[in-house]
Amino acid sequence: MQRLICGGLLLVCLIVPATARSEGGAAVKIDNFTFSPVKLSIAKGTEVTWTNDDDIPHTIVLTGIGVRSKAIDTDKTFAYRFDKAGTFAYICGLHPQMHGQVVVK
Amino acid sequence: MSIEQDRRGFLKCMTWAGSAMIWTVAGGIPRSHIIGQAQAAETGFSFAQVSDSHLGFDKPVNTNVTGTFQEALDHAVSQKPAFLIHTGDITHLSKPEEFDTAAQLLGATKLQTYTVPGEHDILEDDRKSYLNHYGKGKRGDGWYSFNAQGVHFIGLVNVVNLKGNGLGDLGHEQLEWLEKDVKNLTSSTPIVVFAHVPLWVVYQDWGWGTVDGGQALSYLKRFGSVTVLNGHIHQVMQKVEGHVAFHTARSTAFPQGVPGVAKGPGPMPVPAGELKNYLGTARISLVSAKSPLAIVDTPLAG
Repeated sequence: MQRLICGGLLLVCLIVPATARSEGGAAVKIDNFTFSPVKLSIAKGTEVTWTNDDDIPHTIVLTGIGVRSKAIDTDKTFAYRFDKAGTFAYICGLHPQMHGQVVVK
Repeated sequence: MSIEQDRRGFLKCMTWAGSAMIWTVAGGIPRSHIIGQAQAAETGFSFAQVSDSHLGFDKPVNTNVTGTFQEALDHAVSQKPAFLIHTGDITHLSKPEEFDTAAQLLGATKLQTYTVPGEHDILEDDRKSYLNHYGKGKRGDGWYSFNAQGVHFIGLVNVVNLKGNGLGDLGHEQLEWLEKDVKNLTSSTPIVVFAHVPLWVVYQDWGWGTVDGGQALSYLKRFGSVTVLNGHIHQVMQKVEGHVAFHTARSTAFPQGVPGVAKGPGPMPVPAGELKNYLGTARISLVSAKSPLAIVDTPLAG
């Protein structure tokens, strides 16, 4: 069953282009203290999921709108849905030298 | 034999002898010696520093951080220090069970323990997780001072509002408190300041420094002996500026890369069997009231 779900997800990933649509999700990877992609463009209503590939926890702090995740440990995720258009800058609260941006259209 | 020769000799021996190292800072000039542990134990008043135990960390670089912390504490206790200082990142994720393990291990030493938080200790309860456990009798986010054996100790908190590229920050309220705290002390009082993130800028790109650390140190300028103890960077770094000696401690959990060499500041994998060369404790002795403190860094294995 799990394999089926994984296969399904893979299929979705293949179909959805890099700039995600509102009905799908968008993903940001955290690796070696860097957000990837560092600038993500999405449509309104898209949920963004950050996945931590580092051996150290990170947090997501959307400075402009006061959203602050809990610590995201290795392989764990944090998701946030962007319902308004705009440019949202964020940092890691533990390593504020890590910057990212979500552009919602 | 000159100081430089001593240091070279030490570095040469360090690779095989695993001796403890003592830094005696007299009049702003650091001297290093190789010493045996028995010799260290005879020096009179001393205290031990442990740091970055990251209880709860379980990644391959060290899957037994409780064990290595225990080993570090055992070593510290064997040196018969007056008390322990933990310079933060006691826990990895601020979880209640991680704080419980810390309380158990530190309690078993029967030594008074003075702590300051690391950024990993304030991840839960709206950043109050550390204060819930160690906040009693402290001010603000957990800063305080105390006197022991004629030395004035100051525990500072520089992890609550990390700035710009990750640098530590003390903030106005704490700086104001610090200025008042030392105002009535005589200039001959030895000062020991301890905080998690280095008060001096070690490596700006990785946020290894404190934005307003310089202002804090300006209040301490008139003192004849100032020793600054930090953690956070998981490796020993030292420098002396005037009569201020800066020192960062090893972690008891995992090493981090060397600035400018490693690709990032995360846990640094080391060859199997060599981990304990990178972990350890520091033991600080008061040599005399006027000439400063001796710092002995000891890896868990050497």
